[in-house]
Amino acid sequence: MQMPPPDRRVLSQKPQLVERLLQVLPADAVIHDPAETRVYECDALTAYTCPPMVAVLPASTQQVSDVLRICHEMAVPVVPRGSGTSLAGGALPTADCVVLSVARMNAVLETDYDSRFIRVEAGRTNLSVTGAVEKAGFFYAPDPSSQLACAIAGNIAMNSGGAHCLKYGVTTNNLMGVTMVLMDGQVVEIGGAHMDAAGLDLLGVICGSEGQLGVVTEATLRILPKPEGARPVLIGFDSSEVAGACVSDIIRAGVLPVAIEFMDRPCIRATEAFAHAGYPDCEALLIVEVEGSAAEIDDQLRRITDIAQRHAPVELRESGSAEESARIWLGRKSAFGAMGQINDYMCLDGTIPVNALSEMLRRIGEMSREFGLDVANVFHAGDGNMHPLILFDANKPGDLEWCEALGAEILKLCVDMGGCLTGEHGVGVEKRDLMLHQFSRADLQAQMAVKDVLDPAWLLNPAKVFPLALSADRMAVPVAAQ
Amino acid sequence: MGATTEAELAERVAEADGPLWIRGGGTQGLCGDGAALEVVGLSGVEVYEPGALTLVTWAGTPLAEIEALLSGEGQRLAFEPMDHRGLSGAGGVPTIGGAVAANVSGPRRVQVGACRDHLLGVRYVDGIGQVIRNGGRVMKNVTGYDLVRLLAGSRGTLGVLSQVALKVLPRAEAEASVLIHGLNMAQAVQAMAAALGSPYEVSGAAFGNVSGERAMALRIEGFGDSVAYRASRLREMMGRFGEVALCDDAARSAAIWKDVRDVAPFHDAPGDVWCLSTRAGQAGDLAARLGARDLLLDWGGARIWALVAPGYDLRARAGAFDGHATLVRADAETMARLGRFHPRPAPLAAIEAGLRARFDPRGIFNPGLMG
Repeated sequence: MQMPPPDRRVLSQKPQLVERLLQVLPADAVIHDPAETRVYECDALTAYTCPPMVAVLPASTQQVSDVLRICHEMAVPVVPRGSGTSLAGGALPTADCVVLSVARMNAVLETDYDSRFIRVEAGRTNLSVTGAVEKAGFFYAPDPSSQLACAIAGNIAMNSGGAHCLKYGVTTNNLMGVTMVLMDGQVVEIGGAHMDAAGLDLLGVICGSEGQLGVVTEATLRILPKPEGARPVLIGFDSSEVAGACVSDIIRAGVLPVAIEFMDRPCIRATEAFAHAGYPDCEALLIVEVEGSAAEIDDQLRRITDIAQRHAPVELRESGSAEESARIWLGRKSAFGAMGQINDYMCLDGTIPVNALSEMLRRIGEMSREFGLDVANVFHAGDGNMHPLILFDANKPGDLEWCEALGAEILKLCVDMGGCLTGEHGVGVEKRDLMLHQFSRADLQAQMAVKDVLDPAWLLNPAKVFPLALSADRMAVPVAAQ
Repeated sequence: MGATTEAELAERVAEADGPLWIRGGGTQGLCGDGAALEVVGLSGVEVYEPGALTLVTWAGTPLAEIEALLSGEGQRLAFEPMDHRGLSGAGGVPTIGGAVAANVSGPRRVQVGACRDHLLGVRYVDGIGQVIRNGGRVMKNVTGYDLVRLLAGSRGTLGVLSQVALKVLPRAEAEASVLIHGLNMAQAVQAMAAALGSPYEVSGAAFGNVSGERAMALRIEGFGDSVAYRASRLREMMGRFGEVALCDDAARSAAIWKDVRDVAPFHDAPGDVWCLSTRAGQAGDLAARLGARDLLLDWGGARIWALVAPGYDLRARAGAFDGHATLVRADAETMARLGRFHPRPAPLAAIEAGLRARFDPRGIFNPGLMG
């Protein structure tokens, strides 16, 4: 992975920078000893590491503003960090940067059940947002797999999704407002407890901008009343194609499940060995979950199983109790952990149109054989968000690069099928160099123009999202010339 | 001046030597400076995949044509865009591009989100005549910055939409409305909050002159048995607010929500019309101090339609509140004096001006419309 060379001028200013940061932050919030900055050397894309020059842990919007103002004045790049669970290297530091972690900012600021929102500091973890409102019968809908650990700040940066977004949408559909600090230290309020934008939908472009437009310190999030109940059905098939066709038929029939999850045989076998969820040994399985009252659930599951029956399933297991539901979800939820037990893997995140599922699975199978690397598939089938897991051996020289080459081919195929490079993980550094496969130069220039306005010196989260060759001119402009 | 292809549209923009007034169906009855650039000629559905819940269509396509096509497959545009003609008195035909450009969302907004939440991708012509793509046609897509939502509601000031990709949803098999008459504003807002906070998937919550008389109305949609069940639960639950009436005739229920969607009570009523977007729980206090001739609350109170005396400065009367007020209907003098859109805080106005200067460097798209 090519990263820009560290700026020697910036590195040489480290003592002055640390001194200034210590004037606005307590000593325990400024980490500059190389033995300690190593903690921040990577996120969940662990193949790439680079300790930052300094890491800071501000505890308030004011402190974030102070840090950014200082970094702006000294032209020091800043890498914002939520919980560091990005699979795309969204929080990968550069050697000359300050990592700004919002981990200490996790308070609930306000809840309003009549207006159905919660306002939190952005370092709060996703699951603990639901935790703060569930006693009142509400929940926060986006549910990325990392929800126990991941922060709302990172969710906003990457516009995170999850298994249940088929019904409830992703972060952008559940975000009402933010308090954001611009790179020059200015604090802006965008959106709020009202439902639509007053002028341009700035919130819409900030969500998913991968921490490159500002540092979000507070967020107003839509909360929803918890459904009366939810229950999954597990359906096994003897071919992936048939499972794909079944997904399309369910969607066409007017039933809108909250989740339709898909696993193929390699993934089923690995998770079965790991989690013993009692999955059938078949080519493909779907987990379809519906919500409502007991009678509504029965009715929807009946419609779904009727459709499934037409596709000759090898297994059809409707959950009859909370325990059975938990068992059905157990395997799916431990899929990534299970794969990690048996192998190193790289998790892809492309999206394709739902009706291209079968064709895509067939082509992935072909490419897997061509490259000689096994690929297991587990993904959100309802919305076409694939997660092929490419298995490789990190200790074998060249294997990571070979795996990345296969990954790139699969992602390009997603684009060629009418889809995109990333459905919910973000571009980060990982997919940066593939962007020209999906977009024209003019398309990317239009996106970069937004950063030109909000971060004219291009100091926030450098070397992510856009191919380096395209953004090099902008990053080279000295701050004084802005 | 118009265009029937995207290439023509791009050419018209590239060769423009002055301001352009970009027109979809023209149903909001707005006018502005500049040569009219008509988009209605850029019409037709490009892709419709019912099994993938996706529609890709050229921006000038009439909404009615799209709704008929979707209806044939038992689907719909769930965000329920309003037809502005009754309120504006303008002619024309509502287009999908117009709905997206103004982010037009109806009563179902409380359940399924706004127009912008259903938008998967856009193609547009920027201020120098380049065709730009963003988003795509799939449900989950975080590849690069999200200009899709930025363009939605930008009213042509950042680019001329040429094509939009939308998520469509199944049309409900059944619908019913639960009505309570005789509530005051504060009681109605409370009742709507209780209903929207329940697990019964309320897809509309309005208060005003919605069924020939003043009432608070809730809508439930879905499969027949499920609608019957949820309507009965809501009926029980709402009992503490007043006497509850059930309208389980689907056509009558649909007529109520079409009236709410199109703000029908104000169609023939003289006066200016404002639309406020605010925090639902505070709608009662805000509405009470507006000094309006009539009010229609939608989105559980998060949207307030206000009918006021001509020339009345509702923003001054409202004072500070969480949200914003748009002047929707007024004569030209009032519109010029009070401004259509709520003034933006200086830092946001600067960001928006910066974005407009990048997307439309010559400043030719709908100058002055948004700032």
